[in-house]
Formats: sequence, structure tokens, C-alpha cells
Amino acid sequence: MAVNYNAKEEADGHPSGVGAPGGAGKSRKPDNTAFKQQRLPAWQPILTAGTVLPAFFIIGLIFIPIGIGIFVTSNNIREYEIDYTGTDSSSPCNKCLNVSWNSTPPCTCTINFTLNQPFETNVFMYYGLSNFYQNHRRYVKSRDDSQLNGDNSSLLHPSKECEPYSTSENKPIAPCGAIANSMFNDTLELFRIDNETRIPITLNKKGIAWWTDKNVKFRNPSGNTNNLTALFQGTTKPVNWPKPVYMLDSEADNNGFINEDFIVWMRTAALPTFRKLYRLIERKNNLQPTLQAGKYSLDITYNYPVHSFDGRKRMILSTISWMGGKNPFLGIAYITVGSICFFLGVVLLVIHHKYGNRNTSADIPN
Amino acid sequence: RVRESEGKKKLSPPKHRRRRKRTRTVRSNLLLPGPEAEKPQRSPMANNRLKTTKYTALSFLPKNLFEQFHRLANVYFVFIALLNFVPAVNAFQPELALAPVLFILAVTAIKDLWEDYSRYRSDNEINHTECLVYCRNEKKYMNRYWKEVEVGDFVQLRCNEIIPADILLLSSSDPDGLCHIETANLDGETNLKQRQVVRRFLELDSEFDPLKFTSVIECEKPNNDLSRFRGYIVHTSGKRDGLYKENLLLRGCTVRNTEEVAGIVIYAGHETKALLNNSGPRYKRSKLERQMNIDVLWCVLILIVMCLFSTIGHGLWVWQYGEKKPVFDVPGLDGNYLSPVLAAVYIFLTMIIVFQVLIPISLYVSIEIVKACQVFFIHQDKDLYDEETDSQLQCRALNITEDLGQMQYIFSDKTGTLTENKMVFRRCTVSGIEYSHDANARRLAMYQEADSEEEETAAKGGTLSQRNSVSSHQSIKVVHRSLSMKSHRRTGSRAEAKRASILSKHTAFSSPMEKDITPDPNLLEKVNECARSLEVTRSHEQPLSKLTPELSDIFDFFIALTICNTVVVTSPDQPRQKVRVRFELKSPVKTIEDFIRRFTPSRLTSGSNSSSSSSLTTSKSMPRLGSSILSSVSSESTLLKLEEKLAHSPQMNNNDYRSQQDRRAIGCRPEEGELRYEAESPDEAALVYAARAYNCALVGRLSDQVSVELPHLGRLTFELLHTLGFDSIRKRMSVVVRHPLTDEISVYTKGADSVIMDLLLPCSSDDPRGNHQKKIQSKTQNYLNLYAVDGLRTLCIAKRVLSKEEYASWLKSHLEAESSIENREELLFQSALRIETNLHLLGATGVEDRLQDGVPETIANLRKAGLQIWILTGDKQETAINIAYACKLLGHDEEIITLNAESLETSATLLDHCLQYIESKFSNNTIDKTAGNTTVGFCPLSPPSSSVHSSLGLVIDGKTLAYALDKTLEDKFLSLARRCRSVLCCRSTPLQKSMVVKLVRDKLKAMTLAIGDGANDVSMIQVADVGVGISGPEGMQAVMASDFAVPRFRHLEKLLLVHGHWCYSRLANMVLYFFYKNAMFVALLFWYQFYCGFSGSSMIDQWYLIFFNVLFSSLPQLVTGVLDKDIPAEVLIGVPHLYKSGQKMEEYQPHMFWMNMIDALYQSLVCFYIPFFTYYDSEVDLFSWGTPITVIALFTIILHLAIETKTWTLFHWSSCIFSILLFFIVALVYNVSCPICYPPSNPYWTMEKLMGEPVFYLICIISPVVALLPRYSILFLYRTLQGTIFPTQLQLGRQLNRLPPETHSQILNRLNIKKETIPQKPPCAEHSPQNPLSNDSDCFKACNHTPSLQSSQYGNDPAFPSNTKAEHTTGLSVTASPPESLLCGGNKQMESMSVEETFPWNTTVDQSGFSLLNWITSTPLFSRFGRVLQLSPHRLQNEAQDNMCVLGSISSLHRDFKGLTGKNSNDFQEQLKGTPTNCCKSETLETTFL
Repeated sequence: MAVNYNAKEEADGHPSGVGAPGGAGKSRKPDNTAFKQQRLPAWQPILTAGTVLPAFFIIGLIFIPIGIGIFVTSNNIREYEIDYTGTDSSSPCNKCLNVSWNSTPPCTCTINFTLNQPFETNVFMYYGLSNFYQNHRRYVKSRDDSQLNGDNSSLLHPSKECEPYSTSENKPIAPCGAIANSMFNDTLELFRIDNETRIPITLNKKGIAWWTDKNVKFRNPSGNTNNLTALFQGTTKPVNWPKPVYMLDSEADNNGFINEDFIVWMRTAALPTFRKLYRLIERKNNLQPTLQAGKYSLDITYNYPVHSFDGRKRMILSTISWMGGKNPFLGIAYITVGSICFFLGVVLLVIHHKYGNRNTSADIPN
Repeated sequence: RVRESEGKKKLSPPKHRRRRKRTRTVRSNLLLPGPEAEKPQRSPMANNRLKTTKYTALSFLPKNLFEQFHRLANVYFVFIALLNFVPAVNAFQPELALAPVLFILAVTAIKDLWEDYSRYRSDNEINHTECLVYCRNEKKYMNRYWKEVEVGDFVQLRCNEIIPADILLLSSSDPDGLCHIETANLDGETNLKQRQVVRRFLELDSEFDPLKFTSVIECEKPNNDLSRFRGYIVHTSGKRDGLYKENLLLRGCTVRNTEEVAGIVIYAGHETKALLNNSGPRYKRSKLERQMNIDVLWCVLILIVMCLFSTIGHGLWVWQYGEKKPVFDVPGLDGNYLSPVLAAVYIFLTMIIVFQVLIPISLYVSIEIVKACQVFFIHQDKDLYDEETDSQLQCRALNITEDLGQMQYIFSDKTGTLTENKMVFRRCTVSGIEYSHDANARRLAMYQEADSEEEETAAKGGTLSQRNSVSSHQSIKVVHRSLSMKSHRRTGSRAEAKRASILSKHTAFSSPMEKDITPDPNLLEKVNECARSLEVTRSHEQPLSKLTPELSDIFDFFIALTICNTVVVTSPDQPRQKVRVRFELKSPVKTIEDFIRRFTPSRLTSGSNSSSSSSLTTSKSMPRLGSSILSSVSSESTLLKLEEKLAHSPQMNNNDYRSQQDRRAIGCRPEEGELRYEAESPDEAALVYAARAYNCALVGRLSDQVSVELPHLGRLTFELLHTLGFDSIRKRMSVVVRHPLTDEISVYTKGADSVIMDLLLPCSSDDPRGNHQKKIQSKTQNYLNLYAVDGLRTLCIAKRVLSKEEYASWLKSHLEAESSIENREELLFQSALRIETNLHLLGATGVEDRLQDGVPETIANLRKAGLQIWILTGDKQETAINIAYACKLLGHDEEIITLNAESLETSATLLDHCLQYIESKFSNNTIDKTAGNTTVGFCPLSPPSSSVHSSLGLVIDGKTLAYALDKTLEDKFLSLARRCRSVLCCRSTPLQKSMVVKLVRDKLKAMTLAIGDGANDVSMIQVADVGVGISGPEGMQAVMASDFAVPRFRHLEKLLLVHGHWCYSRLANMVLYFFYKNAMFVALLFWYQFYCGFSGSSMIDQWYLIFFNVLFSSLPQLVTGVLDKDIPAEVLIGVPHLYKSGQKMEEYQPHMFWMNMIDALYQSLVCFYIPFFTYYDSEVDLFSWGTPITVIALFTIILHLAIETKTWTLFHWSSCIFSILLFFIVALVYNVSCPICYPPSNPYWTMEKLMGEPVFYLICIISPVVALLPRYSILFLYRTLQGTIFPTQLQLGRQLNRLPPETHSQILNRLNIKKETIPQKPPCAEHSPQNPLSNDSDCFKACNHTPSLQSSQYGNDPAFPSNTKAEHTTGLSVTASPPESLLCGGNKQMESMSVEETFPWNTTVDQSGFSLLNWITSTPLFSRFGRVLQLSPHRLQNEAQDNMCVLGSISSLHRDFKGLTGKNSNDFQEQLKGTPTNCCKSETLETTFL
């Protein structure tokens, strides 16, 4: 854009004492300052072909390479997705379709699948839910952060926000609220089928939550004992849970409120179709890919009912790049916008040459 | 003490008292015994404390809140905030939701508090003014504050004091028991009004003693009728006297000309008539705000639609799940699920909370802030400051600044608004001989010039006077005087100016300039001659008739000027008292007996006036020489001092020496010090001052005698028998006096020429004397016409000598008339008519009411800006027309329609007739005009005024106006008035003025501005959309009623064209932006509802949501609203047409609201869906997703503003950067501050984490680009196409500003010229045949850059005055002019440069050569320039090269040349500079586009 600093105006913007006589009488004459006289040095961008068209081309030239870069990156991400909801009658999990929250024994099913390409880097294992409105206003509110932070009084006296999931059988629920109550409780196990033998793949369940969540936001109740059972004394488990919060995991640093699966669940998703990080598959050595191409089987302990509200459940295996998971959108968007800008630049140039240029001289009369 | 009583009984039961009291009883406070007076008795009557504040410290909070909740928006926001406390529907944390509302309320409350505090301070100032109140214990008048004055107190007032309360006048130092008051503060009338002491107290022989006042006053309850006061006073003797308004001194008036008065307070404080009349400030709502409110309602509607949509959506969403309750649908508190319908209803309320931002909460408060800042800047504009009076523009209405940019009609008062309201005596004619007072005119001209040149000359008076000393000595004196006055004014600086402004309140004149009149030497000589011979005649006891008729006429003329008025003489040195030299107590002839007694031939009883006066003044009337010169009179003293200095200068010539001697001869006056004349109208004072310049000075006036100081004769005392005051029907006033020299009874009459001429004594043409008279009359009439053309106010002076018998018979009837009760006015009128006949014409005067500086230019510019200017004046038709001509409101080529009708029917037919006439005329002209318009090509917009026939002026007088404003005729009148370029309403009453304004405002739906200075303009000022008061000498009434007060009329130009435009465009843009911003932000939330089951969830953290408007995005728009300049001031002033954009509301039209809404919709879609798709099916959580959206929205909104901002200053940059930084800082701090707070969002570490992710930055870059791309490119496309094919004015103005300064100013000139010339199609060539000589020069001037040089070559062209030389030099400066000129000419220039040395003129000729060609083709002077062409052949070559350029510009140059004619030589240089750049303009423009 055109830069037109008016130096002259700046120059006479200084306060002048000419008008004010040296007398004691104070004049009401306004100060002759650039600010008060509204003559501050100013830049006046004017939309002219000379300034606008280059901008279009420059935007185009910058955006297209960025877009290509993002697109390529996104395409290099390996991703594999299995819908195991079981709505399809042919699906192995079809039998579990109408499972309820606490059905015993748990319904299990196994889905076999084949990876055509190896997953070279660390693989992230997600579970995905669709049509699950974790962003519902009352749902989002239905938690007690101070209880989750280990506040003892909140533990026994959950916030009103948790209603009606704050007490059960006259005992306070820990963790209270609808979010916790509806925690995803399927168990997914992954096996590589190598020559008909199922080799279990190590799924790392730590490091899936935000570090700040795990270490700052979520804390187990404090007390003079390390025994979580004792610490959670006087509370009861959420209605839908099969077991209380202190029995989520066997490891002490992943149990109770600081169970990472729980923490991940408590971070409510933005959209009704979302995925949540479930496990990490770390690359063992540099020689082998994390997941080789080949046959795999997924063992599912099917506890989580989604069929009633037309929800879908998925298991996703994905590698990630510097910009996160696989999503071609941003790359395409950049390329498109860049192209549009470029195109617009050309069109405007043509228009300008056809109509603008000739008339410019006539527009300010000679 | 005092009490209200019901009727007269004081004993009736108290419960009835309140209901039945009709009168108020006032007793003296002094009567009560001391202790009782001390008792805190609760008086039902207000004391004199003024309290205009709304709040007290305690009541502020509740009262202010109460008032704020009158604003619907506040109620709405509080309601919504309170909704948050209902758990079922709440969307945000309730406390947080209250924050913005409280913030807004607090800001408003602080503003109110501040306003109230300033009111409190001004109240305090008034309350602590001191006045003299009689104190019982001290037995004298003591100083007390106004607020301590109570009803029943005795107050003594001195001259020039302001009356603190409504006071019943009980005593006056005036022997006649009169008190003069000036009511300017109340009704704006500057003349003095008489008030009378209550009759019985008048007859007291001893001095009035408050302690002896035992009477009881019964009067009306306080009311606001200024012209009525009734009551009676009951004396202890039981007698009663009536009280009338003549006995009441009203609060706010000023005591004048009366040394001391005393009275008892009747009404105090808020019960005074002045305060009861003062209905507080009105709340005006600007047009823009009205329009905005409509759009706010639209917003409400949109909000409701959105909420309903969500409601239905949520209902359906809940319903689709039926009985299978999903886990994420949380049941109610009691564990039961809501039914879909109930859930939907709750959601509706929730949605209102969530979407509340759509109604911009900060809009109103932002607008208030912006307007306050705009007002600040208007205040600070030094161009709106008047050095002379040290006053600046005041904005009294804070909320209608933007209306200034939308005005369509200006209604202006004349006197004091367009003119200075300082009458200056300019010319006179006596007995048929005109005395032009050239010297005086020159002096005035010099004065003005010197004043304007003040900066340059810088007090180096010597050089100036030296230069002028070559010319006549008279002018030396003049120059010296003007210089001395100037320097006096300058060095005297503020204090002097202040003093002058104070004095101007007391007298009609402030500056010495107007008071001094340089006498016409011829006339002065005649006067002296006359006086000398009179002296001779008197000393020789010869009859006066020995004087030649001419001399006697002159003598009488000046006598008439001096005594035929109601001027009151005061002397400023003493505490203003009447200068009275009372010889004997005599009242005007009251009875026949009196008459007989006083007019008996023996004259024993009364004694001789003349002898007594001369006996008193003999010693002084002796001619004195020498010593007393310096001690002589008043304003003359400066003059005399200068003259004395000059006496030593060798250049003195005889003529002046003699005049000086004359002065010395008469230089002494009985009083030392200055006499000041206070007159009802400035005209009168001007005439008296004029007479004094001829040494015929009024030195004293009593009710029965007038003393005049005459040269040689000394003091003459005229016995004043009657004064027949001025009235607007007779249009004249007369005095009946007894001439002290001849003892004749003379009537001196002064009045409008139209009436006086008819009343003259018919003279037979037979006798030579009559013949002579006739000649004189016709000559005088001629001169009068001349005066009128010059715009002078004319008055005729006439005389009649009455024989005793005539007088006796008239007196009889007159006394009857005076004593009659019924029809007194009518009879007096008839009586006056009887005596004012058979007059003998003495002469006529021309008094100038000088136009204020720059009025014609301002009017011309305002007109070009599309404003219709109407003048509504109380003045008479002739004067009004003259002034209209003088200020270029009427052109001399204009046709004037004058409407004077005597009845409703005649006015109806007159109007019809005129309409038909115009219709026919108009239809003839349409073809012409359309043709004219097509050639213009520059302003495709046809303003409303273009449909007006350009050369029609409408003049309508008050009476006809009254008919025209009748319901049946008003439409016709309006349609007629709209057709006319200018409308002049004369003799209109204040009410009519306001009716006219109202009519235009209501019927034409036009924006009206009324400007005036006096109280008679108040109603008009109040009715108009914007009222402007001129803070002049006419009191403060107009200013108090106005919305803006300017010191001068010319300030209106900048106020409207620049500030009005700016304020309007800024505010319009800001309002639109506000709507856009909120809609865009809210739409983000709305889109989200589709993905959260319409549950009212928001992805944007509630903190961001709530503070987005108030904190993060408010500053840039405020800065833009305050500081953005779409077009710089010079361009706005230079191209007044730009103002039309405001009139047509171009910046804020209804569709623009919707355009902005659609844009907001689109942008919100972009800002929502880019993150949506980016994060679709990812592990992103609600607020990690919402935060980028907020950031994107913020970027987009600020970038949007950046696109809309036309001028970027440091403030813009910093505000934008500040806003963004503020958001990030707040977000970062907020996100680390507390891991468990702020449910439900709990944004702990969200921002920090986001800022570590590249995707965040990627979407932050792309989204604003995509969001703004359409607006940007459409805007560009629009501007390219519009700017090139159909340039709008604004667009052009903007482009103009980008051109280099020289080109810029030149184009500005061009644009102006072009507009001027549009209606006048014929080029200058067509003018030349009519008046070849003068028009030649016009053409030369017009085309100065071309032919001036030729003309110097052929320098003896008679059409060219001496300024050719100057043009030479300016022409040369072009050759040496800036690089632009090089740029322009290209090779041509270089070529000619090389020749420059040898042929210096040629280069300049070359530069302008291209235009010459075209000029020649259109000029009859072709042949002359043909020779020039032959003489410089190589220039022709160049022209051939430049042909392209020339041809393209031919047509426009045509017009330019014509338009340039009016330019004065100061502009020449600029034009010349501009010329070279002229041709390069196309290049320049191209560069701007590439």
C-alpha cells in the first residue's frame, strides 16, 4: 500500500507561541499541536491497483507453497481406522450392540484387520466417538474441578454443578458429574498376527494426557496415607462405573483422579465427532517400524453403549507429524486460497487495464 | 416573617392551606424580633440558593442508577445478567456476566458525576456572588452571598449589578423613581427598560428606610410569565397600591444607568421568573442515532430469530432421542429429564444470554465517549477560535456532533450573525449635497486591512506610514490611527480584549474604531461656519433666519442627530450615573396649564433656558486655545494626541492645520473624561457618535431636557417637550423640543426613508424655494437609493417647526390621548401621526452594519456544499435585501420574487402566481441544464439544489410570512421556497422564525440548522435540529439555548464542512462497524449451536466472550471513531461538495447495515469453519478449539477495521497492537492463573499449549485472509471502477490528498472553479463583447498563466493594471519552480530550459503553451495572440508535441478559465505553480494506480 507520510504536517505540528502574548492573561486559544489540531502524521492507504494487485500476488505466492507443504505432510501421515460399533450385523461386535453400562460379564469381541503399509514412527492409538455431544452445555458444566484437584472438602461435598450426579445412595460421588459418569470404558487391546500367533503389542497408557492436567489440575485427595481406598473413603463410584475411581488402574501414579484415561476423558471434546488418545505405541528400535505391515487383531471389551443415541465407536491408529494428525483440509485450504488470490490478482489486473487505466487520467479533470 | 396565605385569612385550618393558597404574602424580614428570626423556621418559600445539580453525595448512586435504567438497553443487559442467576438457563458465571453491565453503568455514572460536579461548581459561583442586603443589626446594607438572600430581604443594587432575585423596586436614586434595567439575559433585548418605584414610595420625601417598611405585599404565586406581575401592597394606614410588572426587577437582569436602587425580595431562587423560564437542557437525538436505533431494533429481531431457531433446534434434538436418554444429555437437578418443549423454552432464555452480544452493549457508551472526544477536538480547533474576543467554539450539546455533517438547511439571523451588529456611520447627505466621508471609509478599510496583515507587518508601523506619507496627509493620520489602534489592540492583548468585551455589554460600541468617525472635511467646514455665524447671530441678537438655508439645514441636521433619539449619556469614570446637569426641576408638559404657564410670552416663570444654560456655561463656551487639547474628550483623545505629534511633522498641510485649530477651538468640554452613549439600537448610537465627530455632542439627557455641546456656542439645552418613540408601524421617531436659540417649537423626526418621504411638506414648484426643496428631495432620494445599493441602513432626518397655536392644539389632543384609558396606544399613535406631517427634509444618513469577516465566502462555500441558506431577520425588507446582496446570498443577476401581501387571499394568489411563473421558467431551463450537466461529468449526483432554478431569490415579509405559514398555504410556500436559491424572510417575529424552521424540518424532513445571536433567535435555535449561537454582544441567551456556540459566522464553515463531515463519517463508520463486529462474533456462537445440539454451549471461553466487546476490541474502534479522517480538512474546505455525502447519508444507509450483516455472516462462517475442518475428528477439546476461533475473530475484526480506516496515525497503530497484545496477555495470564477456577471452561494452560502448535498459527493466518478477501477485493473493484468510471466525491477527495502538495492544491482550485462555472456555461469570451475592456482584463486574469507574460511583452495594454509587474515575477518563479514542473513537461521542458537564458519569457510561455492553444480558439482576442504565436514559432512545435495532452483537457480548461475570473492576485502565484503540474497530472495518477 502506498505510504504517504506527510512530513510537512509533522513539521508545523509543533506548538507555536506566536499567538500567545507574554502577558499573564491566559488565552483560551487552543494549542497548536498536531494532536489537538488533528494533524498527526498519518498514513493513508488507498486502494489502488499499484498497491492492491501486488498484495494479491504476494499472498498467492506465499500461500500456495505453504499449502503444498502442509498437504504433503498430512499425506505422509499413516492412519488406520476401524469402526467397531457393530451396527452392521456382520460385524463381530454386533452381539454387543445393546450392551448396558455394567453388564457382567463384559461383552468382548475381536476385529481383525490388515495394515498395508508399515507405521514407521510412534503410533498413537485413539478411540473415536461420533454423534457424541460431549459439548452439550449442561454436560460440559457437570464437573467439579476442585474435587478433581484433590480438595478434600469438595470430595465429600461436590459442587452443585455436578447435580444430579453428585450423590448416589446418600454418598458423594467421586468423581462427580455427568462427564465422569459417562466415561469411556471400553478396553482395546492390539495384537499382531504373525503366522497365526497373536503377539500382543505394548500399549503405553501413560503420557496420553496433558502434562499440566496430570500434574497440576488433577490430583488425588491428600491424606496421611497413600492408600487411595482410604482416601476415597466415604465416597461412592459414579453410577455408570463398574468400579470405583481408585480401582481404575493398578499403578499408583495412574490411579484415582490422576488416571490418564480419566483425565483425557474429562477434557471435553469440541465437536460431536471426536477422537481421544487412548494409548501410545512407541517405536522400539530404529530397525523396525513401529507397526509393520501385516495382519492385526483388535480385542475389544465392549462396555460403552452408544447405539441408543446413534453413536459410533472407532479405533484409530495414526502417526503424527509436526502439525498433528492427518488432516488434508488445511493444506487444501492454503492451496485454494493462494490460487484464488492469484486468480483474483489476474482478474483485477485485467479489469484494471480494461477499465481503470484508461479512465484514470479523465477522472481527475485536467 | 413571611408566609403563604390563603386569601387574607391566616387562621384557616392548615390542611386547607396548601390547596387554597393563591397568593403570596411578603413582609419585611426586618420587622420580626431578633430571636424569632434566628429560629430555624421552615419557610415554604424558596430561598435564593441556586441548585441545578441533580444529585447529592448520598442520592447519587440510587438516583443515577434509576436514571440509567430509564435507558432500555441497560435494563436489557441487567435483565440478561440476572438471568444468569437462574440455574436452569444460565450460560455464564453469574458474577462474571454482570461485569460488563456494571462496567458500562460505572462509566456512565462517572460521566454523569463529572457533569453534575461542573454544574455544582457553576451553581456555587453564582450562589457566592455578593450583593448588598440590609442588615437589621448593623442598620445598613451589608455584603451577603446571593444564596443567603431570602424573600422579604431588602436588597440594594448598584449600577451594573446583576439582580439576584425578583425584587420589588422601592427606591431609586433616580429622582424620577426610575430604574433602567437591561434584560438581555432574559429575552436578549439589549435596550434598556424602565422600571418604576412603587408609587407611594416615590412620593416619600426622605430617603427610603427599610426599617420603616411595614407594608405587606400580596402578590401572585411564582409563575414563569415574564411580562406579568400583579399584586398590591397594603400599607399600615390601610391604603393599598397596585403593583405591576413595572415595579418588579427580575433576576438575571442588569441595573443600568441608575446609581442605586433598593427593593424587597418577592421571589427568590428557583421561584424567580428567570429560573422558572429556564427549562433545562433538552436531550436531542441525532439523526444518525435515530437511524441507529432502528438498526438496533433489527438486531433485536435477528436475535429473537436466532434464539427461536435454536429453541426449535434444541427441541427437535431432544425429541429425536425420545426415551433413550443419551449420557451426554444431563437431566435436571432433580434427576428427571426435561421434556423437549420445556427444554426448548429454557434454551430460549439461555440463548438470549449467549447471543446477547448481538445487541452491542458498549455501543451507547462508546458513542458517548467518541462524541465527547469529538467535542474535545472541535473545542481545540484553533481555526474556530476568535482572537479578538478570546472565545472559542463551545459545544453545549454533546450528543449531536454528527448532525453537523448532515445539514441541509441553514436558517440564519442577520443582525449580529451575518453582520457585526456594530453600526458604523458611513455617509450622509444634507440638503441634497452628499458627503461621502471618503476619509472615514478609507480609514475603515485601512483598519481592516491592517488588521488582516497584522502578522506580516509585525508592528513595524513606521514603514507603512512612511510609504503612505507620499499620499495625502489625511491618510497619514488615518494610517497612524489605525496603526496605533491596532497596536493598542494587540499589545493591550487579552486584558484589553476582555475589557472591550465587557464594555461591549454596556455600550453599543466596543472598539474605538467604530466610535471614531473621521469627519468629511467639507461638511465639517460648513458646520463650523454655521456655528460661527450662529454665535454671531446670537451675540448680536439677530434672528436665526439669517443663516442660509443650507447652513440652517446642516445645523438642524446635526441637532436632530443629536437629540432625536433615546440615547442615554453616561460617563464611565464615575459609577455609572446619568450625566445630569439639572437646572430646574421640570417635567414634560403634563397639562394645559403647564403649557400656558411655560409658554407665556413673558417667560418670567420659567426663565429662559438658553440664558440659564449659557449663564452656567459662559466661561466654558468661550473659545479656548492650546492647553486643554490633551484633556479633551474621550475617544477623540487618541486622535488628538496623534494629531499633536503630527503637528511637529513637516508634512502637515494647511487643511489639516485648520481643522486642528478648529478642534482646539472647541476642544474643551465641561466634563473631563469620556462620555458614553447607551442606546436602544446601535444605529442611534452611531448617529450620535457621528454628530459628535462634528463637534455636536450630546452631553446630557434628562426626561425633560437635552443638552448639546456645540462648537462656538457651547452648551445648548433643549427643552424636551415630547418624545414619540420608535415603533415598527410608523417606522420613525420624533422629538418635540423647544429650540433654545429661537424659542421655536420644533419637531425632529428620524425614520425610514419610505415613510419620511411621504410625510414631507408638499412644495409647490412655482416658488423657487419650493422648487429648490423639490430638487433636494429628489437628490436625496437618489442618494438614498445609492446607499441602499451599498447595503447601508438609511434613515431620513426631517424637521418641522410648529407655531405655538399648532402646538397648543396638538398638545390638547395629545394630552387627551395620553390620559385616556381605552385605546391609549391607538390614540397616541394617531396623535403622533398628526404631528409628523408637513416635514421639512434635512438630510439622510447611511449607516453600515458591517458584515463579519468572511461571510460572503462562507455563504458561497456552504452553498456549494449543498446547503440551502435562508435568512430570517426582524429587519426591514430593504436592509435585509441589501445585506443579502452584500453577503452574496443574492446575486445581482438573480431574479427576486418579493412576496408582500396584505391578506390570506392575496398571499394565496401571489403564491400561485409565483409558482406558475417559476414552473414556466423552469421548464424552459431544464433542457439547458441537463445539457450543462452532461458536460460536467464530474458530479453525476444531482443534488437537490440543482433542481432549483439557480437565479431565483425569494423575499417575503413578516406579514405575508404569517399568511404563508398558514396551514392552507404552507405547502405552496414550501414548494416555492424550495425552488429558490435563497430565501429571505424579513420583519419576522421570533415565533415566525421558529415556525419556518419547524415547517422545513417537519415537512421536508430536512436537517435544519439555525444560527443566531440574539434572544429573538432562541426559539428558532431550539426548534432546529442543530442550534448554533453566536457568542456576541447580544447577551448569552442564544448561546444558552444553542447546541454549539461559535464566535463568528465564518466559523460555521469549518464546523460544518470539516468537523461535521468528520464527526458524521467517523460515527457512521463506527456504528456500522459495531453492528458488524457484534454480529460477526455472535454468529460464531450460532454456528456452533448446530454442533452442540443447540444446547447453548459456547466454545469461546466466557471471559473472552464477555470482555471481547468491552476490552479486547473496543479501543481500535474508539480511536478510529475519534481520529479517523477520511478526507483531510483542506480538501473538505476546498471542495465543499464533499459535504453532500453527509446530507445524503452516504456513509450510513439502511442497506449498509445489511451489507455489513451479510459480511459479518460470511466472515463468521470463515472464522468458524476453518478451525472446524482443521480440527474435525481430532482430539481437540472444547476450549482449545474455541480459543483459536476467538483469536481469529479478533484478528479479523481488527483487520476489518484496518481496511475501513482511512488514515493511520500512531494512535491507530498502537491501539490495534495494544488490543491484540492485551488479548494475548490476558489470555496467557488467565490460562495460567488458576488450575481449578473458572468453571466450566477451566482453561488452564490452553493458550500456552496452543501457542506451541504450528497449526494454531496456520489457521490464524489463513482465516482472516479468507474472511477479508471478498471485502477487500470487492472494495477495491468497487473503488477502481467507481473511482475511474464514476468517481464519487469522497473517493476523489481521498485520491486528491495523495497527490503531491502542489498538484493537490491546484486540483483543488480546479475543482472549485469547475463547480462555480457549471451553471454559467458561456466561456469568458462571450462576456467580452459587452464590456470589452474590463472583461479583457478578466480574461487575462482568468488565463493569467498564459497571457500575462504576453501582456508584459506588449505591456502597454490598457486593460492591464500595474500588477503586470507582479505577474512577471510570479511567472519567473515558475521557471524556477519545483521538480514537478520538470516532470511534467518532459522533453519540451528541457528544450525550453536551454533557451531560457536568451529568451527568458519563452520558457514560461511554453509551460502554459498547451493551454494557450485552446484558449485562443475560444477568444475574440485571437488576433492579438496570433501575433504572439508567430513571434515564438518554436513554441508551436512544442504544442504540436503536446497536442494529445491539450486536446484531452480542452473542455475542462474552458471552464477553468472562466471560473478563474474571480480570483484575486494572491491566488495567482498558486495557480501559476499549479500550471506546470497540470499536464503531468495524468502521469501522476497513473503512478498511483500502478
